[in-house]
Amino acid sequence: METQLVSPEITFHQHHDDVEFKRRVRKTTILLSIITLIELAIGLTIYTIHKGGHPNATLVLMFKGMVCILTLAKAYYIVSVFMHLGDEIRNMIMTVVVPLLLFVWFIAAFLIDGNSYKNLRNRYHQEHVEKAPVKAAEESHGKD
Amino acid sequence: MSTTAATQTKWWNGGRSPFNVEYGKLMMWYFLMSDAFTFGAFLISYGTVRFSSNSWPDPNHVFNAFPGAGTANLPLAFVSLMTFILIISSVTMVLAVHAGHNGDKRGVAKWLIWTIIGGLAFLSCQAWEWTHLHHEGAWWGRNPFPNADGTIASTNFTNFFFTITGFHGFHVFSGVVINCIMLTMNLKGVFERRGHYLMIEKAGLYWHFVDLVWVFVFLCFYLI
Repeated sequence: METQLVSPEITFHQHHDDVEFKRRVRKTTILLSIITLIELAIGLTIYTIHKGGHPNATLVLMFKGMVCILTLAKAYYIVSVFMHLGDEIRNMIMTVVVPLLLFVWFIAAFLIDGNSYKNLRNRYHQEHVEKAPVKAAEESHGKD
Repeated sequence: MSTTAATQTKWWNGGRSPFNVEYGKLMMWYFLMSDAFTFGAFLISYGTVRFSSNSWPDPNHVFNAFPGAGTANLPLAFVSLMTFILIISSVTMVLAVHAGHNGDKRGVAKWLIWTIIGGLAFLSCQAWEWTHLHHEGAWWGRNPFPNADGTIASTNFTNFFFTITGFHGFHVFSGVVINCIMLTMNLKGVFERRGHYLMIEKAGLYWHFVDLVWVFVFLCFYLI
């Protein structure tokens, strides 16, 4: 019973050294901020690419993929350091993380489905295609 | 809470807690996991609809205002402010939990107050943004913003935006309420008497989750 600041359900206590802890939090904060800044930079790059006439679709897709990866990195740091999941017992981590693997199927299946729906409609139901470019001028504002 | 029962150690009916955490904390994790699926379902349905559309409004043209900046075109500026507010309030929450580990009642109070301020600041930002968009004519069922290719957009964009950011904002709001309750309990000395501050840890998990979800909302609505 050295530090009694725990419930009896916790049978051993992980030591959080104060200095070490502060260092880790500071490091993670800086890391999260830097990643966010990089994301913003990429966001603005995508914006400028879109402004210049014909955007290069592959380039835009590449940048968007990069932002997705950076977001996953941010999520990892928040969960593992701020939420201390990284410090838990491995089996507990697995009970939380393994069900989340469903997202791999979830995202892939639904996005592919959406895409296929678009392609099928464009091929077989031409009347559904948004009508020839209406100049997005002020007069079209306010209508659905 | 079974923590008062030091005499009968049937913590999880098996005589020991298998993961070295209290029941409440483990269940908070499982709740957050299920909540992740709720948010995931929302965001994935948004993705599905977006993938099934030939064109979609450009977020940089929709979200380009900043309070007090008039009609200046500032894409991503305001939402980055919101993102940083939430990250910082997550950090202050980590510090509150840590103060709890050390049994530092004043430290817990101080950092919780900062976290609450951060949460309120975020909610105010969101209120401003919603009001601004509403003035521009956007709401559920109304979308004044054209698609990126110049065609008239459906209302899918605004419907998803208001539903998902609204659902997230509701989580932030309940997080602020939970933090206020934690602060009151702390100031009344409930945790001191109990002998541990594990409640703060559970509230902290919820608060970090709110930050975590925002990271993905930020990605899906503002960046890509």
